[in-house]
This record gives sequence, C-alpha cells and structure tokens, in this order.
Amino acid sequence: MNPRLSIAVQAALGPFSLQASLEVGAEPLALVGPNGSGKTSLLLAILGLRKPDRGRIALSDEILFDADLAIDRPTEERQLAYLPQDFGLFPHLTAIDNVAFALACRSGRASIRRRRDEAMTWLERFGIGHLAQRSPARLSGGERQRVALARALASSPKALLLDEPTASLDVEGRVEVRAFLAESIRSLGLPTIFVTHDAMDVEALASRVAVLEKGQVVACGLLRDIRANPPTSFANRLLSPSTASPSSALQESCSSQLK
Amino acid sequence: MSEVSPEVLSRGRGRRLFNATMVGLGGLLLLFLVLPFVALVLDGGPEAIWRGLGCALTWPALRLSLGTTLVSVVLVVVGGTPLAWWLARSRWRSARWLEILLQLPVVIPPAVGGIALLLAFGRRGLFGGVLERLGWTPAFSVVAVVMAQVFVSAPFYLQAAVQAFGRLDPNLLAVARSLGASPPRLFLRVALPLARPWLIGGAAMSWARALGEFGATLMFAGNMTGKTQTLPLAIYTALELDIHTAQALSLLLVVFAFALLLFLRHFNREAEVTRRLAAP
Repeated sequence: MNPRLSIAVQAALGPFSLQASLEVGAEPLALVGPNGSGKTSLLLAILGLRKPDRGRIALSDEILFDADLAIDRPTEERQLAYLPQDFGLFPHLTAIDNVAFALACRSGRASIRRRRDEAMTWLERFGIGHLAQRSPARLSGGERQRVALARALASSPKALLLDEPTASLDVEGRVEVRAFLAESIRSLGLPTIFVTHDAMDVEALASRVAVLEKGQVVACGLLRDIRANPPTSFANRLLSPSTASPSSALQESCSSQLK
Repeated sequence: MSEVSPEVLSRGRGRRLFNATMVGLGGLLLLFLVLPFVALVLDGGPEAIWRGLGCALTWPALRLSLGTTLVSVVLVVVGGTPLAWWLARSRWRSARWLEILLQLPVVIPPAVGGIALLLAFGRRGLFGGVLERLGWTPAFSVVAVVMAQVFVSAPFYLQAAVQAFGRLDPNLLAVARSLGASPPRLFLRVALPLARPWLIGGAAMSWARALGEFGATLMFAGNMTGKTQTLPLAIYTALELDIHTAQALSLLLVVFAFALLLFLRHFNREAEVTRRLAAP
C-alpha cells in the first residue's frame, strides 16, 4: 500500500489560527495562498519544528503527533524530507559531504568511506557526480536543487515537503528544476506537499491543490476542479490560464537597441 | 560588480570648506592617537629599550602573562560556547536579562571586578569560608590571576558567540534536523563549523582583554613578582624603577596586540566569505 500523510491540526498563528485537514497520498499536493496565510507554518508543524495546539499528524499507521495522546515525535525521527526555498545546503561541506551528512545521521555505524561511496551513487543517480567536490557556493541554482534532493532522498524519507522549490531561481533555472522535480516526484511515489506562488509549478508538479486563506484550508481538490471553481480571488488570479502564458504585449514594448 | 564609487560622495557645491573641516577635525584626533605610539617606539632609542627588556621583571612577567591568558581563554571558550549556544536559542525572557548581566564586566571598572571577586572568593569573602574548609584559598595566587582574567574577558567571547549562533540560518538547522541530525550532531557538525570564524574572533578579543588585565588582578591577586605579576602589573612596578623598562614591557604588549589585529583581519575576511556562502 502507498504511504499516506494525514494532517489535521490547529495552531495559533498571529492574528488568526491555523486550521488544516489534509490527506496526501502518491499524488503531489500544491499548497497555495497569499503571504502570511500559514503555508510555511503548516510545513513546519508537519516537520515538528512548530508545535500545533491540537490535532494529529500521521504517516500511514505511524503517529507523528497527537495532542490527545501526548505524542510529539522529534523532527529527526519523523523521516520527512524538507527542502526550504534556498535548498538549505550546508555551505561548509562539499556536495558529496552534504549527501554523506544525511547518510551519517541515519546510519552512524558505517565507515566514512562507505558513506562517501553511497553519497557518490546518489549524486550520479541525479547526473551530478562530476560536481561532488564542489562547495555549494560554486553550484548553479539547478545544481543545488539536485544536490539538495539527493541529500533528502539519501536519508530515506517517507514523505517530501518543499517550500517554494523554484522561487530563488532565475527563469532558465526554473524551467530546468521544474522538469527535474516533476520527474523525480512522479518516480518516487512519496507523499509530497509543496508550497508555491508560481502557477507553472502547480501546473507541472501537482495533481491536487489546497488553497489556504488566513490559516484555513478553503478548498482542496484536483487542479482542474479548483481552477474551474476558484474559492478565493487569490486562487483565481494564480490559477487562471492567462497567468501561465507569456504576454506578447510585453515583448513589443521592449527593445534592447538604444535610439 | 556595481558599486557606488566613494569619490562621488565628496563632489559638488560647498565641498571645499566641508572637506577642510572634516580633514582638520579628523586629523587632530589622528595625531593625538598616533603620537604616543611614535614616542613609545622612538623614545630613548633601541639601546635603552633593549636594556629595559633585560630587567629582572621581564621574563617572569612574560611567562606568567602568556601562561595564565592561555588557560583563561581555554576556560572561557569551554564554558562560554555552551552558554552562548543556549542563550542564542533561548526564548526565555530571563535569557535576555542574563545576556545584559553578562555584559556587565565590560562596562564596570576592572577594579570593581577585583573587589567583587575578593568579596566572593577572598578569605573573608562570602564563599571564602567554604573554600577554605575545602583547603583552597584562591586569592593572591596564580589561580586568582586566571580568575580575574576570566571574569573580565569572558563577556567579549560570549557576545561574539551569542551573535554568531543567533545569526545561523534557521532553515539550515531545520534541514539538518529533518535529515535526522540529533541535537549533538546539529551542534557539532553544523552550528560549530558555521560559527567558527566568529568564535575565533571572539576568543582573540577575549585573549587581548585578558592580556591587558590590570585592575582586577591587582585587587584580587596582588602584585608579586614571579607569582602574580603579569606584564601590565610589571609595567606599573617598572615605572618606579626606570621608565625605559616600563617602555620595553609596554612595547612587548603592543607587539602582541598588533599581531592579534592582523590575525583578526585575516579571520574577519574568512567570516565574510562564510557569511556569503551561508546566504548565497
């Protein structure tokens, strides 16, 4: 049976309260909503980096958090891969040692050499074996994303949480990363939640969409259903087909030649 | 890279009088700050200084100063790093008050620190009786020299370390936890290496303060040649014998301080690089 991530939490969140019930299986879920609507807070709650007041978070049969049963598993035991917006690579470690870090956390007994070998296998699987000795500062945005994903998967996670996976990239980087992520997520089959502000991310990566507004999940369903019947003006603006196509008027009004 | 060139800031209307005033005022202070160093190096000539270095006070004081400050810095780093890690991440309101309290030794006169130490750990002090029953009387011993140095120099390290840990990208720490890093691994493998340049800078400042420590040492450890007389105290004693001896000992401290500044510049550069790496 495919793993499922079930979330039903309530937490204080500034002026309002975060209230969310979501079920995520093999179909990736996009979490959309305006700034301050609680998207990142929800990710942090799932990760165990922010404690909800009430509710329950479970990964298939495994309870990660349950307020009534007083269960609150620490982050390092939850086996959730988290990719923050800037990918969170450790700047003091090379690409290969970033991946080896994850392996060391999970299997402290293995020798450094065995961990390096395994890390190399991960990098090669993502087509970046030649970058193993580079420090993150000398990697492009797309390459960083690959190292971060290789590192996340090396820790054998049971679900994937991504915070604005393409936001910190330039336009070309976005296209590359999006295609790579779409393929990876599909082939992994792990429950995946990602926060985004980008309609093209939703289009390329998600099958389902949850719309957050002031901490509440106001709609959750298939992308085409949400698009056909957007619950908020934000969802309408983000997901309406016109936002996903480039404007031709913009091209006409610009010229690189000096007059 | 696109940076505003600094000259453009001093161009345009009214610049002559303005520039003359700024250069004049700044120049006066500069002269005042530099001239004493010129005198310290030149006065009496190299022979007098060389003779001064040969004074009987010099080598015991130098040995004591280097030995005690080394021990002090190690103690400050070993205790200060965990304390700073806790202070930097604590949301406890009392932690903020504690931070202020811990900065107190920076702003109070060192002599006050010496009196406070004496009242706490001196033979007749608040805890002196307890210590004496345990067979330990630290006041007016080499241990007191180290205690005085730790007392006045620890805040410099603590401040740097709290800032260094506080500046770490919370996302990096979150990712490390999600990858399965336990709290000790998070501290040892992520936080410490990332904060390292600032920790080293803080330790260097702390060492400089310990090396220059005078007031608290005089009050709490006394001024006994070969036993508690560090370089600054030796300068004070030498002044009564021969000004060139005091001058020679002072030059020694200037050389250490200068070497320290060069070292810090090097590490600041490294810190700058790490900072940029941490936020690409």
